[in-house]
Amino acid sequence: MSETHEHELPFIRKYIFSMDHKIIGIQFLFMSLLFMIVGGFLAMIVRWQLGFPDREIPLVKYLPDSLNPADPAHYNAVFTMHASIMIFAVIIPILTGAFGNYLIPLMIGARDMAFPKLNMLSFWVGFVGGCVMASSFFVEGGTAATGWTAYPPLSAVPEYTGVARGQTLWIVAVLIIGTASIMGAVNYITTIVNMRAPGMHFFRMPLSVWALFITAVLQLMATPVLASALGMLLFDRTLGTHFFAPAGGGQVLLWQHLFWFYSHPAVYIMILPAMGFVSDILSTFSRKPIFGYKAMVFSIVGIAGLGFIVWGHHMFQSGMNPALGTAFMISTMVIAVPSAIKTFNWLGTLWGGAIRFTPAMINALAFVSTFIVGGLSGIFMASTPVDMFIHDTYFIVAHLHYVLFGGSLFGVFAAINYWYPKMFGRMMNQTVNTIHAVLSFIFFNLTFFPMHILGMAGHMRRIYDPTLYEFLKPWQPMNQFISVSAFLLGATQILFAVNFAYSLFRGKKAEANPWHANSLEWVAPSPPPHLNWGAHVPTVYRGPYEYSSPEVSEDYLPQNRPLVGSPTPSRTVMTPARA
Amino acid sequence: MFYVILVVTGTAFVLTEGILFYFAWRYRHRDGVRAKYTHGNSRLEVIWTVVPAVMLVFLGLASKTVWGEIKGSIPPTDQEVVVMASQFDWEVRYKGVDGQFDTADDVVIHNEMHLPLGLPTKIRLRAKDVIHSFFVPAFRLKQDAVPGLTIDVWVQPTKTGDYEIACAELCGFGHGTMRGMLTVMEPQQFQDWMKQQEAGVAPAEAAPAEAAPAEAPPA
Repeated sequence: MSETHEHELPFIRKYIFSMDHKIIGIQFLFMSLLFMIVGGFLAMIVRWQLGFPDREIPLVKYLPDSLNPADPAHYNAVFTMHASIMIFAVIIPILTGAFGNYLIPLMIGARDMAFPKLNMLSFWVGFVGGCVMASSFFVEGGTAATGWTAYPPLSAVPEYTGVARGQTLWIVAVLIIGTASIMGAVNYITTIVNMRAPGMHFFRMPLSVWALFITAVLQLMATPVLASALGMLLFDRTLGTHFFAPAGGGQVLLWQHLFWFYSHPAVYIMILPAMGFVSDILSTFSRKPIFGYKAMVFSIVGIAGLGFIVWGHHMFQSGMNPALGTAFMISTMVIAVPSAIKTFNWLGTLWGGAIRFTPAMINALAFVSTFIVGGLSGIFMASTPVDMFIHDTYFIVAHLHYVLFGGSLFGVFAAINYWYPKMFGRMMNQTVNTIHAVLSFIFFNLTFFPMHILGMAGHMRRIYDPTLYEFLKPWQPMNQFISVSAFLLGATQILFAVNFAYSLFRGKKAEANPWHANSLEWVAPSPPPHLNWGAHVPTVYRGPYEYSSPEVSEDYLPQNRPLVGSPTPSRTVMTPARA
Repeated sequence: MFYVILVVTGTAFVLTEGILFYFAWRYRHRDGVRAKYTHGNSRLEVIWTVVPAVMLVFLGLASKTVWGEIKGSIPPTDQEVVVMASQFDWEVRYKGVDGQFDTADDVVIHNEMHLPLGLPTKIRLRAKDVIHSFFVPAFRLKQDAVPGLTIDVWVQPTKTGDYEIACAELCGFGHGTMRGMLTVMEPQQFQDWMKQQEAGVAPAEAAPAEAAPAEAPPA
């Protein structure tokens, strides 16, 4: 994919154990997309069971026994692995691993990451973590079955679930993936702080880079807390300690505090980069500067900062002191303010634009639309008295999918559509992807919007057969409707997968700047060569959002194009540690 | 409270989605029309920061009041029940004749709870093995039962009838079937029922597991 100038590296160093940030990004992309197929498939099993609990899944006899949800213990395992894979092996690696790696050096005008070897290590450690998680499908007793939140004592004592090795493997896998993500975060922060091209001030960085930067800070600060909690849980399981066992003087709620101290910031790790990508894409295809650039930057910082003091809103009904509940309610309400600022600025960006409806743009608009729903539904559960009823119901399931699927995943689709030509030097078929984007948006809403209504009816999460409850029986047709929509949503993804794979080899050749965008990655050839830039790194004269500027006749003005009278910035250029 | 939030968020939803689709349509690309060149507007930024902030503070304060009524103080009452949750069973314990818990004459039943209409009842939640969550959808009541803690909640039923109890916190393979039935009775009926239960236990040694003779637990 990338051409080296002076010396040709052997295949294994170039494409497998590569230290080139672009190859590592693409490796992360392929790994997470493969896991996305597994995770999506598990979701289909869950929906079949909920929609049609009395009917056997077609072809179920060909699946490993541990995937047959008709056995309630297996049902727990299936949704646990759906969530764990989607969160730890898809969304986080695809946003930070794939796009973080690929975009940061290109967008700030660096030749590579600050620590290329650490970068390579980060991918391969993450890969091992993914393999460990996948291996738990094949061990005796099956996979973890305690939800992705793994609350002890259920997760701490094997007898409570009947799952022995699967849960231990889950803990180890998440620990390993967490380590990989810390390595990545250190690299991103160092690179962004030290290796920007001449003239690339902090306030000239694209919002994607800002979002990835703040996300890396979150990862660096929150992930070690998760690691400590996982360590204690592992010791409880294997060495007989009692960190979470009240009989031995332990505290059950300690896990929840530590877990959510990581996992709430993790929610923002999973959405902030997507917000950054969408900001860039909306601006590019509206042919208009982003509205309120600095407000956008400060709201990213604000969301990240507040994200550390809202974890208790997952625990309103946990037995935590109700007075604490009030404090967490207020901080959670406040976090809606920066989110609202972002939404209004996206709308402001569209206002007066000349919008081009490319597939990337449609996905970005779908992101904004679903993020509004996900953000507003969050206010319901932030309110402690309302949460008392909707906590652990399908209202929560609807909310989190509006944010994680509607938000993060539409952001990912938009980003793949947008940067695919740069990554692979070929265009995807735009018509197929337009159909994919529109159908995904429709089926997504048909799948997840009714879940709000189920939640208001009191439908609990994580139950394998809603028809066992009298008060839920009247709602079963809605469950079936959701399941059918989910199958259609799943089927729509085949379009995208086929287009992705086909275009790798047969797509139309892409030019360097197919979207007429301003940021630096579009200055490099598609795909960019090893070390990205020719003899000199680009010099930056302005911010990345100068679309439709009155200074030039075209409707875009790349960051590196000097105009008469622009001052030439001077700054020492730092190179990657290995170069 | 739910409806207050629904009105506020509903309005915000219709407005923002409306604007989104309108702008997407209104400002679609047309030949010869150039996009407006603007970097933003500070006054607008201030407006759309302050307006949501004020509304959210209002929602927060309003929610706090309701939360205080639910969680703040439990009205004084003699009517107490201890619920011990375990995999996968709700053990419901009444004081019995002597008016004391943990004595031989406690009335212990499983997966059913009887409450008198109109009187506040304090429910003390405990858990034997893992975390469970006591959820009565019709009462809008949900509270985790946590091993090692006793958590008090209170209810004051306003209507007689049978209401389902469910477990709302994943507790193992039987989580989806951990179902019980809560019956609200007229106070007089409740007294009669309680007498009958007490008569069943009082003379003999209390054997919790067999102490539910009156009605078969709902399937």
